[in-house]
Parts: sequence; structure tokens; C-alpha cells
Amino acid sequence: MAGLATTLGSGAMTNSLEEVLEAKVILVIGSNTTWNHPVFGSLLKQAVKLRGAKLIVCDPRRIDLVDFADIWLQQRNGSDVALLMGLQHIILREGWEAAQYIKERTEGYDEYLKALEFYTPAKVAELTGVAPDDLLAAAKLFATSGVGALYYCMGITQHSHGVDNVKACVNLQLITGNLGVAGGGVNPLRGQNNVQGACDMGGLPNVFTGYQPVTNPAAVEKFSKYWRAPLSDKVGLTLTQMVPAAGDSIRALYILGENPLVSDPNLHHVEECLAKLDFLVVQDIFLTETAKLADVVLPGVSFAEKLGTISNTERRVQLTQPAIKPTGSVRQDYEIIADVAARFGHEFPRTPEALFQEIRDLTPAYAGLTYERIREVGIQWPCPAVDHPGTRFLHSGKFARGLALLSPLAYRPPAEVPDGDFDLVLSTGRILEHFHTGSMTRRSRLLDVLVEAGHVELHPDDATRYGVADGDRVAVSTRRGRIETTALVTDRVAPGSIFVPFHFAEAAANVLTNDVLDPVAKIPEYKVCAASLERVGSGR
Amino acid sequence: MQLTVDGRKIDAVAGQTVLEAARAAGIYIPALCYHPKTGKAGRCRACVVEIEGMRGLKEACAQEVRDGMVVHTDTDRVQQTRRLVVDLLLAEGHHNCISCQANGTCELQEMAYRIGVERPAFLIETEPAPLDVSSEGIVREADKCIQCGRCVLACQNHVVNEVLAFGYRGSHAAVVCDDDRPMGESSCVLCGECVQVCPVGALVLKQPREAKVRPSETVATKVTCPFCGVGCQIDLHTKDNRYVFAMAHEGQWLKQPNRGSLCVKGRFGLDFIDAPDRLRTPLVRKDGELVEASWDEALDLVAAGLKQAKDKYGPDSVGFFTSAKVTNEENYALGRLARAVIGTNNIDHCARL
Repeated sequence: MAGLATTLGSGAMTNSLEEVLEAKVILVIGSNTTWNHPVFGSLLKQAVKLRGAKLIVCDPRRIDLVDFADIWLQQRNGSDVALLMGLQHIILREGWEAAQYIKERTEGYDEYLKALEFYTPAKVAELTGVAPDDLLAAAKLFATSGVGALYYCMGITQHSHGVDNVKACVNLQLITGNLGVAGGGVNPLRGQNNVQGACDMGGLPNVFTGYQPVTNPAAVEKFSKYWRAPLSDKVGLTLTQMVPAAGDSIRALYILGENPLVSDPNLHHVEECLAKLDFLVVQDIFLTETAKLADVVLPGVSFAEKLGTISNTERRVQLTQPAIKPTGSVRQDYEIIADVAARFGHEFPRTPEALFQEIRDLTPAYAGLTYERIREVGIQWPCPAVDHPGTRFLHSGKFARGLALLSPLAYRPPAEVPDGDFDLVLSTGRILEHFHTGSMTRRSRLLDVLVEAGHVELHPDDATRYGVADGDRVAVSTRRGRIETTALVTDRVAPGSIFVPFHFAEAAANVLTNDVLDPVAKIPEYKVCAASLERVGSGR
Repeated sequence: MQLTVDGRKIDAVAGQTVLEAARAAGIYIPALCYHPKTGKAGRCRACVVEIEGMRGLKEACAQEVRDGMVVHTDTDRVQQTRRLVVDLLLAEGHHNCISCQANGTCELQEMAYRIGVERPAFLIETEPAPLDVSSEGIVREADKCIQCGRCVLACQNHVVNEVLAFGYRGSHAAVVCDDDRPMGESSCVLCGECVQVCPVGALVLKQPREAKVRPSETVATKVTCPFCGVGCQIDLHTKDNRYVFAMAHEGQWLKQPNRGSLCVKGRFGLDFIDAPDRLRTPLVRKDGELVEASWDEALDLVAAGLKQAKDKYGPDSVGFFTSAKVTNEENYALGRLARAVIGTNNIDHCARL
């Protein structure tokens, strides 16, 4: 989000999901859409199959969407900046850019052009492994087909240079004039049902609700007055900074509905850190791996048992209704929080609607939303007034930051690349049948039957090299840890690359991953690290 | 614009079909092959109507409205045709409502009921076709298939998973998976779209079928899917306060982010809410073990733990992980707890992970 906020002024998906049907050309990079966002994947396939949109897929793995693509660029893991800047180099060289748009709506062009000189097709081919002819074909298709939409996911952000990757995406959409128009946009597909809402609500160390900075005295005053309490104007720590600080500057941690002991990088280190805390409280619906370490565990309720709003990836605020009455001695999550606040002498609202009223009072983008308005169909923020229809796509006519910023980007390789002992590139992610740390989907009978254990995707060439057959037990090691899992021999991965899904705590991919962070966004480099593999036995 | 249906004036908009306008006005016209998501198919002839000034019977699902149009849905000719459609379908398959999962929600049953077909006019002896129970989530019963084509169109053009197709010819024509494999051995990704659109009991969800709960017995509540960020709107079906199954919410489907569809996780992955190991009571650590505790005890400990760190090391010694899995209201409340009650901006969630 940092990359989008810096360049455009707003860190959210710019356009609506349904607008994919209006795009003439679609570029998907770092998103295995049909596995991770399957329902949107279907809509994207509709755009290609029924509306004739052109599709360019950029992914090191041969994801299912490649079957629908006009062009597939198989870049090396972690070479996205080079790939995207390389496309831009060609577009500008050939004069396919939106010159008027660049002049009227962007700044930083001269410096950007200078940086772009480095990315000649020959240089880009060397860095990415993509042939110059394929680059040229993709650049031409993308820049000359009409309005183009770009979709990305964690394959772009989870790198030590993730913010640069995002800025490279923005650059491409700016020079082709694809921002602020229907059917275009830079569209990060968000991976959790309310990750957009958690950000909107100020679940971030640097902003209050609606991205009002904690360093802005006016914002501090406004919230301080509304909450009748003094507030800190010092930016807090991110999750990836708090974990290593545990037991040191962080003494107590309150974790609501998260499972860092499976989702965070370099897990052995995470467990050591959390053990050093003076006090850990976990509020969840299951005794997760993290909850087992807690001093106090508070049982909340599941999504099916609560009323409230959830904001999807396209900024659509939707009302979710309770379908089931909770059983046992559990409490609504907002009630638990209010109960804790009450012990400090603070009175919090005790209904979702009263809390939502406070959100509306404090957050201009949400001010026009009411439960009644969104009962059947959600509305997309910004929605500043009750008679405002909501906003289908952002940056129409003017960017949130005025002029958009073209970023001069230098190529940086991943923090850890294959070498002697660790000669494979390891990437991690999700599979179709499971979700995140598996605390929900692995308790689903049917999904557990479909895929009951983890695996490592391994190319047939590498399988031969390591003497591994499909279904064998193998050990995957990195400088941080070792797991045992089952080999899945497939040409979905490129030779020299392996892929491990991270849903499975007993063979947790994040034991292996590198906790090096992007310097700005503090996102770990889940998509690239160096690994080795050995056969440990037959699977049968 | 306005048209007259069975003597009643109704409003319509240009581009609508007679079927859509009539249904929007609450007038019953059966349609077995037409579905809003798959559009007109022109296969079943169930939706025929008479339109003044036009010769013969017209398919309401294909006929666009015109201002001043006069439509009749209940003439003898229309009724005879509908009866023939039902009679032929009943003769061709093995439709037995008594033990059918779709009893009460079946569109063929509804049509027969309204016409008053008590027993089919023709009887054709056919060998029963075997059930396809190979899929983990879906049961296919070819004997109940009326070959309306909704599932094929939905699979090919709506979810674009391209598994289902019509195979074979003439009287052997059938809906097949890939090159006629059992569904469980096909490329099916279990999105369940085919079940969602099937008008009869030919494609049903396996778990409720085994649990002996029919869709006609459940209550549906619209919820937002708990998994990825698309925000699919789900009708969560419950019976006696227990989860039974999930269907995509189809109300105003064109305006919903999921347009009436779900994926395997949203369709089949929600039974975790009933998992036996759901936490049902607070736990506190005593002598190294987590043991059950009262709410007051647990909450007092939480307040004490946070207060101790705050008093001893300052507010920035306390951290909060809020959640991309809870509501906006709950995220807001935890943010307020961190900032206004404890006094720290140490709050974050797993957006980066």
C-alpha cells in the first residue's frame, strides 16, 4: 500500500472488480488469481473468453491462467522491477505511450526517463530470463490494445523490494494513461476478507481511521477530542517489528484473530520472541498455534455469528448478518474489547451500529454509509454523504495527491539468491483448497479430504537430479530451518524453482522463509529465498 | 414503458425480456432452461406465452418487451404446451419427489404442481442410470437431468471452469464432465456453480443430502465470505441454529462482487464454524497450563497484564495485532483501545503476510 500511497495518494485498489469486463487488455503479475481469488478469476476469464480482452500473464510458475493468456512471460523470481521497467522502456522507445496524459497528470518524468535507460531489452532479458522478442510482443499488446487493467497480488509485494515492484506497476499504468479510467487501474487483489477494512479502520501503526496520519496534529486533536483521551503522535511499530522486539521494548501483546506462529516469516525465531513476552493475550475462535502460548485466551465468535461491516478488495463496504446464535460462554469480539476498556474506565459503544456511527463521524470516506443503505448491496468508498452513490474507480480527473508520481527505480536482486549449498529458489503461497494458516479450512471436512497435507512443487528435471519421485517424502531446508513434506513433481514450477504452500503448520513453509523486510512497507520476502532439497523416503 | 400481462399493466425497461418484466412484477412464468446468469437458452419451451399481434407461441425468455405489448400467460394453448413440456420431461426421467433432495425447491415440481399434473400422460420404461457420487461435494443423478443446459452454460461461460459439456447425440445426449469421466476424477474444481443453477435434483450438494436436510427446510442469511478479499455474498443455510450448506446470494447478483458464484472454499469450507474444538470458554494459564476460567477472571487478568506493562515500561511497551478477519467495527474498537486507552500506536495486522 505504501507504493500506491506515495505515487497516487491513496493506497487501495483503484478500480472495481466488474470493470475487468471493460478492459481491452489485462496484465496479471504476481497473482495466481484462479487459486487465490477464484471468483474474480472467473470474471477475468469471462473478460477474455466472452469479451475478447487480451491477457498477459507474468509469473514464474505456469499458473492455470496461462491457459487463457495471449502472452505468458516467465520472469525469474524477484525480477519484476526489471520486467516492468523493461516493458516501459520499449513502450517509450516505440512511441506507444500516452504522451498527453503524462504531460498533464504526472510529475517526475525526466528523472524517471533517466532511470529507464538502464532497462534495455538485452539487459532485461539477462535479469529476468524473458526473451527480448517476447518483451516486445507484450509491450506492444499492452500499450496498443486500448484501455488496460493491471492486477497484482502478493507476488509483487512480498519482496525485499516490494514497494519498488508496486511503483513499477504504477509507472506502467501512468505512461499508458490507464489510471483514472473505467476498465483500467492498478489493482492489488487483497487476500483476506477484511484486510481493506482493517487498514481503513486504522489497524496500522501510522494512521487513524481513513488514513489520517498520527503525525498530523489536527488529526491527533480531532481523535483526542472525540475519544476524550490524550493520544500519541509517534508512529508505532509494525507487526514485523513488534515480533522481534518482544521481551525487549514490547512487554505485552494483545492478538485478535491472527496466528503469527504460522503466518510470519522465520517461525522458529517468532516462537522464541513470543515466549519472551511478560504477557500475551489472544482473542480467537480456536486454540491456534499462537493461542497455545498465551497467558489468557478469550473466545470470540465466528463470522457467521456476527453483525457488522466488511470492506472488500474494491473498497465495497458490505453488511454481514448473524446466521447463527453463538453457543457456549463466548462473547462478541466488540463486547470483549469494550469489557477490557471498561476496566480502564473507558465506555465503548456496545452495538455494532453504534460503533459504525463513530466510524462515520471520524472518517470522511465512510460518512455517507449507513447499515440501511448497504443492507442488500454494498457501496464503495469514498462515500462522503448519505446521498453520494459511492466511488466506482479512483483518480478520475485528478489524483488524490494532485499529480501522480513517476518513480525512477533501480534494479535490486532478492536478498538471498541460490548459491552452492542452497541451489534452489523457494517461493511460498496459497493453494485453491486452503486458506492462510489453515485454522479455518483445515477444520473443514471436505477441504481436508481434498488436500490433507502440505507438499513441495518440484520440476521433473530437478526431481531427476535429486532422485525424487512424485509422492516421495523430501526435506526442504534453508538457512533458517528444515521441514519434511511430500514431493509433487510438476512442470508448473520452472526448473531450479520450488513452491511450498504455507497452510500446513506441521510442515510450515514459514520455518524456511527469509524475514528480511522491504525497508518501507516492512513486508517479508516470502516469494524468494535459497533452499536445498533431499529425499528422505518413499511416500507410500 | 408499460405492457399488459394477463390484463394487468406492468412497468418494464427497454432491453428487458417479457419473462424478466413479468417476474419483476411477481407474475409466474415457468422457465427451466433460462436462468438470469446464463441467459436465454431456447431449449425447454416452458416459458411460452401468447403475445397479441404475433403468430404462434413466443418464448418469454427470448422476447424483448415493447411499449404497449399485450401478453397472455394463461391461455389454453399456453397451458397445453406447458403440460406437454412437463409430461415429456416426466416420461423421460425418473422423477420421484418423495426421496428427492430438491423436493420443495425443484422448478419442475413447481411447474407440474401449478399445472396440476398428478401422473404423467406417458410412461416409458428406461433403465435407471447410476448415480455419480465420485465427487467429494456434489452428487449427480442423470435420471433427474432435464438437459436444460444451465449447468453447462454456467460452467463454460459464467465461472469459465470448462468442465461440463453436452456429450453424445440424440436420445443418448447427456451432460458429461471432461471426456465423460466421473465428476470426482474430472478437472472439476468444486465451485458448485452447477448445483447453484440446476432447476431440479440432478445436481445436489453431497453433505446435506447425506445429512438428510433439504434446502426447503433451511433458513438463509446473507453473510460475507470469511476467506479472500473478493467479499462474496453468501446465503448461509442453517437449520435449528446449525450450519448446513452455503449458496451464493443471488439477489441483485449483477451488483454483488461475486455475481452469484462461489469457489470451493466459500461453498464447502465453512463447516469450521461448527468444529468440535471451537473455543467455548475463556482460558487462563495456571501453573503453566491453560485452564478454563470465568469471564471476569480472564478479563481482570487481561487488564492487569496490559496495565502492568504500561505502568512499568510506558504505553509503547504494549502492542496490538488487530485482524483482517473481523469486522470494521471490531477493528475500530481495538484501535480505540490501543490508542485512547493504552496510549500507543503499536497496532498492526497481517496485511503484509
